[in-house]
Amino acid sequence: MVAEIGQFVLILALVTACFQGVLPLIGAARGNAPLMHFADNAAFVQFVAISGAFACLTIGYVTSDFSILNVASNSHSLKPMLYKVSGVWGNHEGSLLLWGWILALFGFAVALFGRNLPDSLKARVLAIQGLIGVGFLMFVLFTSNPFERLDPAPLDGSGLNPLLQDPGLAFHPPFLYLGYVGLSVTFSFAIAALIEGRVDPAWARWVRPWTLAAWGFLTIGIALGSWWAYYELGWGGWWFWDPVENASFMPWLAATALLHSAIVVEKRDALKNWTILLAIIAFSFSLLGTFLVRSGVLTSVHAFASDPARGVFILIFLIVVIGGSLLLYGIRAPMMKGGGLFAPISREGALVLNNLLLSTAAATVLLGTLYPIFLDAFTGAKVSVGPPYFVSTFLPLVVPLIIAMAFGPFLPWKRGDLTGVLTRLKFALAAALLFAGVVWWWQSNAPVMALVGMGLFAWLLVGTILEWAERIKLFRGPLTSSWKRLVQLPRSSHGMTMAHIGIALVVLGITASEAWQTEHLGVMKPGEQISVGGYDFQFEGAENVAGPNYEALRGTFIASTGGGKGILMYPEQRRYTNPPMETTEAAIRPMLTADLYVVIGDADGKGGYATRIYHKPFISWIWIGAFVMFAGGALSLSDRRLRLGAPKRARSPGAKEKALTGAKG
Amino acid sequence: MTRKRRRLYFVLAGMAILGVAAALVLTSFQDSLVFFRSPSDLAEKPIPVGRNFRLGGLVEDGSVEKDGVIYQFRVTDLVETVPVTFKGLLPDLFREGQGVVAEGHFNDKGVFIASNVLAKHDENYMPPEVAESLKKAGQWMPEAKN
Repeated sequence: MVAEIGQFVLILALVTACFQGVLPLIGAARGNAPLMHFADNAAFVQFVAISGAFACLTIGYVTSDFSILNVASNSHSLKPMLYKVSGVWGNHEGSLLLWGWILALFGFAVALFGRNLPDSLKARVLAIQGLIGVGFLMFVLFTSNPFERLDPAPLDGSGLNPLLQDPGLAFHPPFLYLGYVGLSVTFSFAIAALIEGRVDPAWARWVRPWTLAAWGFLTIGIALGSWWAYYELGWGGWWFWDPVENASFMPWLAATALLHSAIVVEKRDALKNWTILLAIIAFSFSLLGTFLVRSGVLTSVHAFASDPARGVFILIFLIVVIGGSLLLYGIRAPMMKGGGLFAPISREGALVLNNLLLSTAAATVLLGTLYPIFLDAFTGAKVSVGPPYFVSTFLPLVVPLIIAMAFGPFLPWKRGDLTGVLTRLKFALAAALLFAGVVWWWQSNAPVMALVGMGLFAWLLVGTILEWAERIKLFRGPLTSSWKRLVQLPRSSHGMTMAHIGIALVVLGITASEAWQTEHLGVMKPGEQISVGGYDFQFEGAENVAGPNYEALRGTFIASTGGGKGILMYPEQRRYTNPPMETTEAAIRPMLTADLYVVIGDADGKGGYATRIYHKPFISWIWIGAFVMFAGGALSLSDRRLRLGAPKRARSPGAKEKALTGAKG
Repeated sequence: MTRKRRRLYFVLAGMAILGVAAALVLTSFQDSLVFFRSPSDLAEKPIPVGRNFRLGGLVEDGSVEKDGVIYQFRVTDLVETVPVTFKGLLPDLFREGQGVVAEGHFNDKGVFIASNVLAKHDENYMPPEVAESLKKAGQWMPEAKN
């Protein structure tokens, strides 16, 4: 029964989305208010309907209703409750339903928070959201129906891939999708602006919070994914430049660029066409990511299905959305009037540099990701593009970006003074050189890139803090007046400082863990001791233990630095029963200065076990940094001026007369 | 005048960055394109010693030998076979008779030195390159994939 209800409300949502995608557009073109307001109600109905469908599928999973094909093939009655629920989106059909649900959620949020949007703009934005919804719901209903029945129902399900039974992965897809689909809102705003033929600073103010929210979710989603790869796959790596990872990284790069270019539209009424194009590109990357991951084109744990019908559908959908929006852009963009003119050495100049570097980086990642697919399609040759390509193209673009990141915030709008900024940044330069020097003195055989990385970390960290201190005039007067400035400074400004510090921490984590990781690989017998990275690892022995739905070989290691109590570590090799599969559970001791990472492998038959032990300095800072970036985004979002839907066109200082006339709707 | 000139600066800066990126892409593409080869491909067209590539096929039944953390096995497409050695911990789903992709190079004795071994992420999955090369070798039995 529950599956039929789910199916019914899903069809209801599709019908609603069809109307939502057409009627408000007609209403906006004719100035018909009731038709425009219909968009709000439709967005609400669509959201409720898809929520209902999602709830039905969740009930199916929680109650282990194996008469639903999707539940039977992806769940098991003995699975812990958390993974029964996360199993809803741990498969192809369910994850697409989640995508559709988040899309409807965002549409509803625009209807709810967009009270002071002009009627015509809001109607058009919601109509575009509706059209995207039509495409996705059709895909779900016609090729990937999660409510398909199975008759006769099996006694038990076949279980969820144990690699996916993990708290990190339970939350990785929802966050990533919130980011992917969040970019659909900026896309809809861009298309609506193209239809209206007008972009002004107020438009940028409405778009920015949505971009910021999507960017924050993407940041967390990517960080969770890499954290999962780090501790679950047992290879000790956290980023493999795997096409699937690149698929989530490209929208992030585009969203980061968009976040910065929207500021230029807002403050200087310039870069409009570019910002529109970026919004289109960012969402195209999201769709491409979904396509790459879900179509089975790529070899990975994410490729749930490799049904050609689905691939063709997504391909057509991609062509319609990306091709259509670029066509519209080509027709309408030349009509948009470019705004102010500006000097290369200025805040906006720095933001343009940011955009150039970020979009070039995204382009090189795109090329490396798609090249094997094209080569296969045209010549049949099977190749893969390895990490060396990405490292050698990406790094040279990121180094200048980080150098410029410390400069940018110091530069004033319109016209900056480079020497003035340089004198104010002399402490950052000194800190960078000093820090790199100290590292070199301490680790004289360090690779040059490691010293560069450590220098960049100090440069960005100190440069960002200096800029923040200057804003609140720290030590330039009484502390109380600095405090006053601190409180009065807009939250978005603190958010920017935090996000940039987050990047600095990520640079520290990547550099230190790549350059100074130590590793031991070999057979260890019980009682044997080995020294890795200044820690002594004592192997106590291994035993068989039983878990709720697996059996495991568990090793016991004691890591110590000589004095004091040792750290107990229990790496496992698990054999799951449903589905039958082995996984490696590394024992990880995260610390602020280094992670200890122990993996146990097969017995060698002579009383020893294959073991791998890593000492990874500062690696935790990669995820701490990512979280700081997310927190910076969240702080920015809580700014009164940026709160979703809060900005009013009439209040914005840059708005011109024509913008005011447009605001009446 | 100034408006045009300023725009020119930005266009030039953009072109410069794109140019640098293109140069980087072209130089690094040479070394980092990793080709996929099946044992039959190798018999047909040998790959020079030391050149990095991906070898894919099935792990031959009964071929796996283990000495501590050094593994020796043979990869086959049921027509030709290639001997492989690997030092490290094999992935969880590495089994005899199952699909595998190994990245590495040949030494001068014709043994493939694997630096990285990838097996499937789950039971029902065959790396597509392996499936295709088995089809080419006329040895593809879909029902036998488990």
